[in-house]
Amino acid sequence: MKLKIGVQQGTLALMVLKTLDVLGPLHGYGIARRIEQISGDLLAVNQGTLYPVLLRLEQEGAIASEWGSSENNRRARFYRLTRQGQKRLQVETQGWEQTATIIRRFFSAKTEDLS
Amino acid sequence: MTAARRFLIRLFNSAARRVQDERLREEIAEHIALQTAENVRSGLSPAEGRRQALLKFGGLEAMKEDYRAERSLLIIENLVRDLRFATRMLRKSPGFTAVAVVTLTMAIGANAVVFGVMDALILRPLNVPNAESLYGTEYGVDTGFQSYLNYIDLRDRNHSFDDLAAFSMAFVGFDTGGNSTSASGYAASGNYFDVLGLHPHLGRFFHASDERGRNSAPYLVLSYSYWHSRFQDDPSVLGRVVRLDKHPFTIIGVAPPDFRGTLVFVSVDFFMPIVNEELVNGEHLLDARGNTRAIFETFGHLKPGVTPAQAVADLRAVGAYLEKTYPKEFGQANYSLAHAGLTSFGRAVRAFMTGLMLLTGLILLAACANLGSLFGARAADRSREMALRLALGASRARILRQLLTEAVLISLIGGVVGLLGSVTLLQRMSMWQPFPGAPIHLPINPDARIYAVALILAFVTGFLFGIVPVRQVLKTDPYEIVKSGSLGQVGRRIAVRDLLLGVQITICAVLVTSSMVALRGLLRSLHGNFGFETRNALLVSTNLTMAGYSGEGLPTMQKRMLDEIASIPGVEKVGLVNNYPPLIYAAGSRVNVFHEGTKELRPSNVAFAPYRYDVSPGYFDAAGTSLLAGRAFSWHDDQDAPAVAVVNRDLAGKMFGSVPNAIGRHFTLQDATRVEVVGVVENGKYFSLTEDQQPAVFLPAFRSPASLSDVVVRSPRDPQQLAASIRSKLRELDAGLPVDVSTWNTMLDVALFPSRVATVALGVMGAIGAMLSITGIFGLAAYSVSKRLKEFGIRVALGAQRKEVLKAALARSFKLLACGSAAGLLFGILASRVLAFIVYAATPRDPLVLLSVVVVMSLLGLVATWIPAQRALSVHPAMLLREE
Repeated sequence: MKLKIGVQQGTLALMVLKTLDVLGPLHGYGIARRIEQISGDLLAVNQGTLYPVLLRLEQEGAIASEWGSSENNRRARFYRLTRQGQKRLQVETQGWEQTATIIRRFFSAKTEDLS
Repeated sequence: MTAARRFLIRLFNSAARRVQDERLREEIAEHIALQTAENVRSGLSPAEGRRQALLKFGGLEAMKEDYRAERSLLIIENLVRDLRFATRMLRKSPGFTAVAVVTLTMAIGANAVVFGVMDALILRPLNVPNAESLYGTEYGVDTGFQSYLNYIDLRDRNHSFDDLAAFSMAFVGFDTGGNSTSASGYAASGNYFDVLGLHPHLGRFFHASDERGRNSAPYLVLSYSYWHSRFQDDPSVLGRVVRLDKHPFTIIGVAPPDFRGTLVFVSVDFFMPIVNEELVNGEHLLDARGNTRAIFETFGHLKPGVTPAQAVADLRAVGAYLEKTYPKEFGQANYSLAHAGLTSFGRAVRAFMTGLMLLTGLILLAACANLGSLFGARAADRSREMALRLALGASRARILRQLLTEAVLISLIGGVVGLLGSVTLLQRMSMWQPFPGAPIHLPINPDARIYAVALILAFVTGFLFGIVPVRQVLKTDPYEIVKSGSLGQVGRRIAVRDLLLGVQITICAVLVTSSMVALRGLLRSLHGNFGFETRNALLVSTNLTMAGYSGEGLPTMQKRMLDEIASIPGVEKVGLVNNYPPLIYAAGSRVNVFHEGTKELRPSNVAFAPYRYDVSPGYFDAAGTSLLAGRAFSWHDDQDAPAVAVVNRDLAGKMFGSVPNAIGRHFTLQDATRVEVVGVVENGKYFSLTEDQQPAVFLPAFRSPASLSDVVVRSPRDPQQLAASIRSKLRELDAGLPVDVSTWNTMLDVALFPSRVATVALGVMGAIGAMLSITGIFGLAAYSVSKRLKEFGIRVALGAQRKEVLKAALARSFKLLACGSAAGLLFGILASRVLAFIVYAATPRDPLVLLSVVVVMSLLGLVATWIPAQRALSVHPAMLLREE
């Protein structure tokens, strides 16, 4: 699956938010793993693309980060959802669902419905 | 909100880069470590696990680029990098940088200075509320002067102005208690401050309601600066009585701090009601409709909705009415609107400043052309570097941005230095008092507008000359250049630069030509024949009204003064002239002269309107004006003797046919006096140095005594000592009489002032122009020599002579110089016609001027090509050929 950068970034950002919402604070690798597990090959070859997205989300205030220690006792950067991120997740989830519904309806429509 | 926050963070991050790079590196390392561990757990070897982890992570550098782009503002980061690179490049070629910066400093500095002066004199309205609807009126040809009664009629009969105010100048002895010093102010109509809409800083202003007839309002309003300097901001001055020319006036108010009067280039000390002017000027100016010296300027706000054209028509209608009603006194004079604050000078000042702005604009253009060709040459030199960068994947846009950054950086440095210089210069100018004793003052405050103009100019010039090499870069073929090691088709690219340089030399030659014309004009005017001799002559100026003399007392006192001064050892001749001698303070007054036997003494029957000077016996000797025929005045030509006159050669010729013919003939004055011509003197200059020959008539001073007079003292003695002895002699005569003594030459400076200023301005322009052509020619010659050094080496090796090498090296520069100079000379001659209005005897058709321009331009060429020529001659073939 090859998505255009803008769309990819948008979906990726939403996935990151959702992941943090569900799993709580995580480091970059953890987030990447989780997204990989659920979305399959979106991040399969390009785990690195996650980091610019994380940075952007942090700059926008949707997530925050701090140093902590990972499972193998090394220093790692942990990301968590902020209240602003929570709100954003809600809004964007709704938006996605709406879009998805419309698109689904559109694709399932038959020729006679369109005429 | 979010976007703004992100922008700020990125902006901040652009500044602090290091720390964040560290964080990313650590995160990536951790990520790879965790993935490797995972891979090892699933059975891979550590090495293979790490390889897989890296593969999965993706392109590291691309990701870092993305990350950086997200984190900070790339544009800024690139800009910072470009700036750093540009600084390095400029530091690497200090000669080039210095030439470019100096060029720009001069060009931008000159523009900022001229703009500053223009802003102060023309663009900026007077510092009063609603200045944009404030207009002055002009009466007659180019002058604001008119009579008081005409002003009253104009004020009451026009339908275009809300109200009209008027003022004249008043020069007085200002006495706060036994300490008379001279001060200057306006005698203003009662509605003056109300028309301007001003409010006093202290106390009150006078109003129209205070005017109840002649000498009814002995009130005085001080200007803020005079209140500050003479009264030390003392608020208790209100109600104090001071004496102006010994007459009591009560101080009723202080004007606001930023109001210095309604003439742009004059700062006054006080304002008094015009109805009391007679007390200080000693003449009944207000009742004489024919006396057009009573009012200096009339101005007012146009009513809302009235266009200037309508106002002019309205004023003309009033003028037509006045002409019909007062045919004797009014004469033919049209009213029109003028620039408030500049009165009659408006047109000349505006024309001069516009011309100057145009010239400085040309300088800037020349500088652009100059730097453009330098930059083009530099870019060509760096074509290899560009080619390499292109080959390594830099985009053309990126390279252009880099070049533009360099250009703008240079122009900004030049702009800032030029601005600093011009601000200093402007500040000096605003402190400058060109004429001692006169309240002249240029109101220049370098402010944000000047800074903005200079910076905008810097940016614009930077872009202008920065884009010259654009085509070159866009056309660059990295493969060709890297392969051949030099630029491909040299010819065409040089042609564009040649054109630029040609244009620049043309502009510079225009500047040099006009400055030569102006200089020559000034020299001529200094050595011209004025009809009097200013060397070894002092002028002793007194105003007897200031000391309380009047009527019969005036001639008696003036005779005593003449006798006393004549008795000083070393004084050869003395003579007196009422008001001012010719050319001083541009104060010529004219008189209507009729042919003998004219029935009706109406304006339409006037034969001539010569300048009139009232002079005492001995004046012609003292002034050095030679008598051509007949006799000069004697002490017997007084009020009881028949009226006599001396005319100048011009009037004698025009009125009576020839000089000998004029003696014994008669003419009639406006008041019907029949005057006999007893003498003829040589022609001279009267009002300004640039005037055409004018007729003049001299009348005996003591037939019509005046309180203001100048005694001309001719003596070979040291002027300062002599001035001291004259002062002490006159103090013995009357201790309360203010006396001004100065040399005639100093006083003449006023008359020469416009042409001096013009000459200095044009001289500076010419010098800058010369500098620009030197740098331009030098740039081109040096460049072409350095490009062709190898070729010269081969030529020399094959036996070429020095002459041939020189010809090959510099022929092009000289050809350009010759063509440019010829074109510039032509344009300069055309432009110089304009100069003739300001500069005396400025004629471009002067072989000396033409010759000197040619000499100057060739000298410039020689200077500019000297170093490149030396370099071309010192070519050592063996060394050069070995080099590559």
